[in-house]
Amino acid sequence: MSRTRPRFSRAAVLGGMRASLPVQAAVVPFALVCGIVSQGQGLSVLEAMLMSALCYAGSAQLLALSHWGHPAPVLAAALASFVVNLRLALMGPVLGPWLDRLRGWRLWGSLFVMADQNWALSVAQMQAGRWDAGFLFGSGALMWVVWVLGTGAGHLLGATMRPAPGHPLFFSALAVFVAVLVTMWRGRADLVPWAVAAGVAAGLARMMPGTSWYIVGGALAGSAVGVLRDQKGRA
Amino acid sequence: MTLDPWVLAAIAAMALATYLTRAGGYWLFRVIRPPPLVRAMLGYIPGTLFVSYVVPALAAGGVQEWAGAAATAAMMLATRNLALAILGGTSAAAAVWALS
Repeated sequence: MSRTRPRFSRAAVLGGMRASLPVQAAVVPFALVCGIVSQGQGLSVLEAMLMSALCYAGSAQLLALSHWGHPAPVLAAALASFVVNLRLALMGPVLGPWLDRLRGWRLWGSLFVMADQNWALSVAQMQAGRWDAGFLFGSGALMWVVWVLGTGAGHLLGATMRPAPGHPLFFSALAVFVAVLVTMWRGRADLVPWAVAAGVAAGLARMMPGTSWYIVGGALAGSAVGVLRDQKGRA
Repeated sequence: MTLDPWVLAAIAAMALATYLTRAGGYWLFRVIRPPPLVRAMLGYIPGTLFVSYVVPALAAGGVQEWAGAAATAAMMLATRNLALAILGGTSAAAAVWALS
């Protein structure tokens, strides 16, 4: 039956691009900041855009750039990227029902453009019973373009414009996550897992700032509690 | 338009490490085929992952973040529209910023 369902249609790629438009508005300020910081750390506009194009991971780039130097810290930057992006390793398997049906560039390319925001939009699509993985690729590819161009623009602005750290522009990134969280609430069964995740993440974040261990730890703890409770309820 | 070899090496290493997390988690899961209990956890990952993002950020933030988050959530509940929720929440955060 699954053979008759589209795996990766052009319509879904375009649909993903369209659905991601509100998110793009929140990617722009983040990309500008990344470009501004790159400029401040002495990267050329080419280097800044290359980093955004190849890494496509805002929080990891910002963390690596905050410890930049001459010569560039190759190992430390790689380690920072790995630790901050570990959450992505949890995100891929969730989209397994979509990704398992892909091969070649469609699979590995979709994984390359998988970021927090378009992953969340895709999970919602998947939970609504849609089967076309083109949505993940389309939304991610457009975000990638905005991310790379935004970094370049930020680099050019860097010399003249520097928004203060607490500027409300930066809040838009958090707003995306709050809004997405509202759509992820499935009912009372989520209450305990979410509470456990919140507690564990808040505690770990104080102990290990600047990494994403707290996100990974909170998600794993909350999910494990949810599954164990479900098991117990069935027994 | 300079391209320093050390910077290039750092970017390449960062890109490799990042792609390892993006593709590696999915690949491992596909190859190892974890037991049903672990697979069942995947259903809870989206919500708990985003909770684990948002809660520490709010705990570290102040009135501006709290007001913005409350406005975002209220707008999302009322309209189910992502664009309006982001706009409403960021406007609320900006209002607090302007007042303080």
